[in-house]
Amino acid sequence: MQLTADDLTVERGGRRVLEGVGVKLGPGEAMVVTGPNGAGKSTLLRALAGLLPLAQGRISVEGGDGERTAAEHMHFLGHLDGVKGALTARENIAFWADFLGGDSTATETALEAVGLGHAADLPAGTLSAGQKRRLSLARLAVARRDIWLLDEPATALDTDGLDRLASLVEIHRAAGGLVVAATHADLGWAMTKRMVLGRAV
Amino acid sequence: MIALANPARFNALSGSLLPWLAGLTAILFAVGLYQAFFVSPADYQQGETVRIMFVHVPAAWLAMFGWSLMSIASLGVLVWRHPLADVAAQAAAPIGAAFTLIALVTGSLWGRPMWGTWWEWDARLTSVLILLLMYLGVIALRAALDEPSRAARLVAILTLAGFVNIPIIKFSVDWWNTLHQPASVFRVDGPTIHPDILVPLLVNALAFTCLFVTLHLVGMRTELTRRRVRGLQLRAAEER
Amino acid sequence: MTRALLALIRRDFRLAVRAGGGVGLPLVFFLSVVAVTPFAIGPDMKLLARVGTAILWIGALLSTLIGLDRLFGADAEDGSLDLLFAAPAPLPLVVLAKAAAHWTVTGLPLAAAAPLLGLMLNLPPEALGAVALTLLLGTPALTLLGMIGAALTVGLRRGGLLLPVLVLPMAVPVLIFGVSATNALVAGEGGSAPLMLLLAASLGSLVLAPVAAAAALKGAQS
Repeated sequence: MQLTADDLTVERGGRRVLEGVGVKLGPGEAMVVTGPNGAGKSTLLRALAGLLPLAQGRISVEGGDGERTAAEHMHFLGHLDGVKGALTARENIAFWADFLGGDSTATETALEAVGLGHAADLPAGTLSAGQKRRLSLARLAVARRDIWLLDEPATALDTDGLDRLASLVEIHRAAGGLVVAATHADLGWAMTKRMVLGRAV
Repeated sequence: MIALANPARFNALSGSLLPWLAGLTAILFAVGLYQAFFVSPADYQQGETVRIMFVHVPAAWLAMFGWSLMSIASLGVLVWRHPLADVAAQAAAPIGAAFTLIALVTGSLWGRPMWGTWWEWDARLTSVLILLLMYLGVIALRAALDEPSRAARLVAILTLAGFVNIPIIKFSVDWWNTLHQPASVFRVDGPTIHPDILVPLLVNALAFTCLFVTLHLVGMRTELTRRRVRGLQLRAAEER
Repeated sequence: MTRALLALIRRDFRLAVRAGGGVGLPLVFFLSVVAVTPFAIGPDMKLLARVGTAILWIGALLSTLIGLDRLFGADAEDGSLDLLFAAPAPLPLVVLAKAAAHWTVTGLPLAAAAPLLGLMLNLPPEALGAVALTLLLGTPALTLLGMIGAALTVGLRRGGLLLPVLVLPMAVPVLIFGVSATNALVAGEGGSAPLMLLLAASLGSLVLAPVAAAAALKGAQS
């Protein structure tokens, strides 16, 4: 699996919020993107996920299932958790497993992995912000996609949560998965590539 | 079209074209209105009121012309990604809406002596009313969106959805009410209107069309300037 | 692909019927519209019987628009919308699945409740069945057209207000065919032209609306 992006340029309001950015990641590699507010970190991740129209540049995924589109190889975790408060934690995860094409029998282990095993049958609306974030991390584990795009994955997480995130990423990379994460916090991951985005001049 | 891709070139070209277009519009109106008032005879049934037709028919034609223009511009936005396409679509909307309103008001004024009421739920008038609502919807959607490229795409989709739906609406309304007289200008067996009326009508239609194009060019130039100003403001805000 | 779409239908259905999902609201609105109309035109049972099918269709049209802004709005607010793009299924089919779930909890109950409300408007028995049938055939078109508006206005602050403004003119043919078909059925003309046209409107929007709504959702990303 190889993720290649060349010359990514995104315009918003006639202004270039991202200009000429390239990304190249192979199997098991992770990249952490940092930079000040407004540097285009989120924009880069959304662009990689295919959620933004590109003014220039191209994104390609090689070595994957040829039947699937680039977007189908990716798992995007944005600022928002994508959690439905009216459904239980388990229902939330089971839905994403079915919808994104994952393993719906892995629901329990995924919830255990993020430390929500005890809350599986609670309505997600009763969970705290950090627990909701953990729930969205469980989504990553249950719906297997080769490329993880994580936008501020550490938001609202405590140290235990950060450890669990790190081990999820570890397992994913060991299985040949790719990770691109945008963050302000120090995620403490081993052997990552780094990219620093500056303000576009 | 390729030559016009550059806004600067468009500005230069439209700038040199505009005085001629404006002049042509003025001449056509002078001829058309003179004919409408002094050459064309009063109708033996409708009397002098028939002359309102010289405004009503061109306005109704331009109401449809406006949407068609917007639809082509919308294809330009979505398919060819032409930089001027959205400017053209945006500038056409209020002008098209204005002509639609003129068609409605003149239709209503014409209807007063003809039908004895200001408003009749006549098939054509009703279709034009719905067309006006759709113009207002397009304008409202654009006003609600503040990110320009997003506004361009969404308005283009709505415009094209309308373009597909307008014939269906027209058909359904015609079908709902077939009281109006059948089409009389464009018929396969030739026009049935007397040339004394037809010629002024065509001259006026041409005059109104030239007016539309002139206004549209002015609108596009204004919009281009507005976007340049916005871009400069954004850049000024970024400088520290 | 089927698994993803079925999961989506199941989830939206579940969300609608859970507390706070607002499944009954369009129905209550429908009842309210039908209930206030006689206050405007008077309790003349003969007159009500004559305009009853039209009132029911207007009420159903307006009720369909209630809650349509939530069709994509709720998913946009919690971030689920971003993930809908990543489904192993074409986006038009994904939005069609959402429309199907939405119709099941809005359009279908409206059609089912129409005969009951028709009784309050003094409709003859044959008209009760006719209006239920035409609403059953016509509300899918209303939901699907409304979905285009919902996709265009997703994430807008006044989207809920803008949506009916965009959708109502487009829904005129459905209204015309729907009421005409009802009247034709009452008059004893079974497979009449208006009924066929109503069906055509529903089938046509079944094909075109998901494509337009998907394009609008894609275009709304920025």
